[in-house]
Amino acid sequence: MSKVRLVQGNEACALGAIAAKATFYAGYPITPSTEVAEYMSTMLPPRGGKFLQMEDEIASMGAIIGAACTGLKAFTATSGPGFSLMQELLGYAVITEVPIVIVDVQRPGPSTGLPTLSAQGDIQQARFGTHGDHSVIALAPSSVMETYFETINAFNLAEKYRNPVVLLLDEEIGHLRERFDVEDEAVEIIDRKRPTCPPQEYIPYDNNEPDGVPLMADFGAGYRYHVTGLTHNEKGFYTSKLPEVDASIRRLTSKIEDHVNEIATFEEIELEDCEVLLIAYGSVARSAQEAVMELREQGVKVGLLRPITIWPFHDQRIKAACTGKKAVIVPEMNLGQYAREVERVAPADTPVCTLTRVDGEMIEPAQIVAKVKEVL
Amino acid sequence: MKEIYKEYFRGNLPHIWCSGCGNGIVMSAWARAMDQLQLDKNQCVGVSGIGCSSRITGYLDINTLHTAHGRALPFATGVKMAKPEMHVFVFSGDGDCAAIGGNHFIHACRRDMDMTLIVFNNHIYGMTGGQFSPLTPFGKKSTTSPYGTVDPDFDLCKLAIGAGASFVARGDIFHAKQLTDLIVEAHNHPGFAVIEVMATCPISYGRHNKIPKPADMVNYLKENTVSKVRADKMTPEEVADKIVVGILHQHEPLEYTKEYAKLVKRLQGGEK
Repeated sequence: MSKVRLVQGNEACALGAIAAKATFYAGYPITPSTEVAEYMSTMLPPRGGKFLQMEDEIASMGAIIGAACTGLKAFTATSGPGFSLMQELLGYAVITEVPIVIVDVQRPGPSTGLPTLSAQGDIQQARFGTHGDHSVIALAPSSVMETYFETINAFNLAEKYRNPVVLLLDEEIGHLRERFDVEDEAVEIIDRKRPTCPPQEYIPYDNNEPDGVPLMADFGAGYRYHVTGLTHNEKGFYTSKLPEVDASIRRLTSKIEDHVNEIATFEEIELEDCEVLLIAYGSVARSAQEAVMELREQGVKVGLLRPITIWPFHDQRIKAACTGKKAVIVPEMNLGQYAREVERVAPADTPVCTLTRVDGEMIEPAQIVAKVKEVL
Repeated sequence: MKEIYKEYFRGNLPHIWCSGCGNGIVMSAWARAMDQLQLDKNQCVGVSGIGCSSRITGYLDINTLHTAHGRALPFATGVKMAKPEMHVFVFSGDGDCAAIGGNHFIHACRRDMDMTLIVFNNHIYGMTGGQFSPLTPFGKKSTTSPYGTVDPDFDLCKLAIGAGASFVARGDIFHAKQLTDLIVEAHNHPGFAVIEVMATCPISYGRHNKIPKPADMVNYLKENTVSKVRADKMTPEEVADKIVVGILHQHEPLEYTKEYAKLVKRLQGGEK
């Protein structure tokens, strides 16, 4: 019997989490992400995993960070208003270097906004939503199958870099149903590096690990160390000594930004000879691909660069892709949140145009086709 | 006592608390309770929020998680749910627990997970320099109530009982031996155990309210506390101005992680 079936993006996310060996979920219901919680509440208990419905999104974050400290792979799912509430503890997970995954199924905001419609309005919030200097990893899949694989990738990256990873679905992807078949796909599962040294030799926030990522001991494994959201020294205790503060905050950022080549992935469509470059992600990339096909049939040299990794932003890669183009168009379901990053790195003589939509509906291929013709 | 300190503290003392602060008495009561309980330290987790009292976790030689303001209980809930075999102690203050963490407190009481919550109630936000909290008695002065509060305070223990906590007690720093016993009993209780500890802050509370001497604050507790047993025999009028200490409420819990384990077993076909 074929294992091919019709699956929704949010379900693919839940299935990906199970495949990634996530065993702990805590969340609070919010449209359009609620199906993730529903699927996890169905799938985790029979597998011996843990499901908690908490009193709010802040508590959900606290619970998953606590669970992650004991060694479990833990995650939560939410949407705009909930994601806003999670920002403080997202920062806590950054500074304490606790691996967690946050799924944000985006809906139009600000505030309650349009709960049942689609948006890509949390691009900048994912990066800069919590206070203080830090770095995050954020991924934006474009299909149901890719949601499955990028969910697994999200857990792997969280474990590898000991950092929160945000999976940015847009409502369009979260609620999209399409062909799903992962039966023959082998997936790599990465676990955090754990200490094997005697407890007295363990340095929980060692700044000297070659990849910038210290080893993480599970609570209960005999290391009895201290985890705090205060700026801490290598032993994990509060410090206000200038060199210690400086070293720890810089490492938190560099451990991500220095590995942008390993973290960031892209899909390239018709880039070789293209004169007009489209840069699009999430559901909008599907419309962009359609537009490329239509325009190519008409002989227009247009291509698509699709970032699957939104953060860390790959300055060099984006700059290289923009260089020499007649124009770069960034269609997105916000008022230019990713475009401003593209503008930041694009050569001065390359015009970067936005194509924005914030009414909750998808950007259609025809809109992109029209925009390309306008700039040519 | 020296041996107990060596066994349960990390050796990074002195602590940050001011001279005359009551927090150290609660911390040593916890260490004495640990000595009685003889738990495997590797299997103990201390979780705290933000504030003076929440800095306690830095000193305890167990797994420790110093979290964000008001959020200790959600973190502790995650730890306990993930590893029900671990012994979880949560440390919070009156601002941390009753104000910013109030909703988490209600739901932790409701879930009734097997853990011990110790709330240091010194009636003030000490870390930020002495602002009134929801547990500052009506009319008292603080840096944000220079003319006396017009905010009503509330009884945290009554809230705990109302929200479903299966063990609720109150202690105070004068009765340190009783406090140790309460922590032992709270830990041995197989559900969510709340201990409100009446503590003292001479610097940020006493100084603004004409009781600046640490000894006077402790004497106040000595003279104004009555045991639950005695209070039960007094008239409501007689009890009204007193601080009732001891175990105020206890019932057989429907402990969350045990109920969850039953669910898992049922789904896996082990139990019909």
